[in-house]
Amino acid sequence: MTIGLGHYLTVSALLFVLGVFGIFLNRKNIIVILMSIELLLLAVNINFVAFSYVLQDISGQVFVMFILTVAAAEAAIGLAILTIFFRNKGSIAVEDVNQMKG
Amino acid sequence: MSDPNIVLPALAFYFFAGVTLGAAMMVIVARNPVHCVLFLILAFFSSAGLFLLNGAEFLAMILVIVYVGAVAVLFMFVVMMLDIDVARMREGFHDYLPVGAVIGLVLLAELMIVLAGWTDMGVTPGEPVANWGSAEALGSVLYTQYVYAFQVAGLILLVAMIGAIVLTLRRRSNVRRQDIATQVNRRVEDSIELKKPGIGQGVDL
Repeated sequence: MTIGLGHYLTVSALLFVLGVFGIFLNRKNIIVILMSIELLLLAVNINFVAFSYVLQDISGQVFVMFILTVAAAEAAIGLAILTIFFRNKGSIAVEDVNQMKG
Repeated sequence: MSDPNIVLPALAFYFFAGVTLGAAMMVIVARNPVHCVLFLILAFFSSAGLFLLNGAEFLAMILVIVYVGAVAVLFMFVVMMLDIDVARMREGFHDYLPVGAVIGLVLLAELMIVLAGWTDMGVTPGEPVANWGSAEALGSVLYTQYVYAFQVAGLILLVAMIGAIVLTLRRRSNVRRQDIATQVNRRVEDSIELKKPGIGQGVDL
């Protein structure tokens, strides 16, 4: 019944898989794709915090802070790009994103 | 009767873990993007509970303040502002379901194999730290050992802020705006002309 590291690793593995699954499932919906990326980062953060606690090493928590920083920056930039894309095209459907002919 | 000091954390863990995973599931399958954002907020809240169970109290608060208070609200603003065609967004949801499920299951199997084969690796835990996970413990490492990385993180946030503003700022052509430089640079002789017309004569403008 004691909760150990394995329990947290399992939860974060499941959360990571849900994030990847979300990216595949919502291929047309860029907002949900961004949210799935946040879920992936959250899973990584849970891993970091659990290991940091087990090893009693606070560096893991410092890394979680940096991940939070980068995730916040990524969300802000991503949503800004989304907004100007919507302003130019009137739609945010992923299949309309073909201007660069990639 | 089992020891409540073991049972209660275990119950809290299963509660928070279950809510986190359920909310994450709803984020990716919910029909309405607004509901997706709300479930994302729930997932963040309950994983803040998981952080607390690991003693990371400062990070749990940061997660609630920064993620729920800023990032999720940002998502909410964007979802509300944009006119989203939900039906079109949901197109192909069932087409992508099998391939997504296969890839997800393969990834899950790989992660579970890693977890099952994981052993101690011979890493010995460090000394138990007093006031573990508090802002003081985190700050005493963050501002000394990781001070350059901390500065770089600040720069990243600055660049992101300026980038987001530059990207979304627009100048509309049909709107009259105040141009302060022109106002300040106006001189009396440029703007006022005094005329003294003779009687019965007009003024040439």
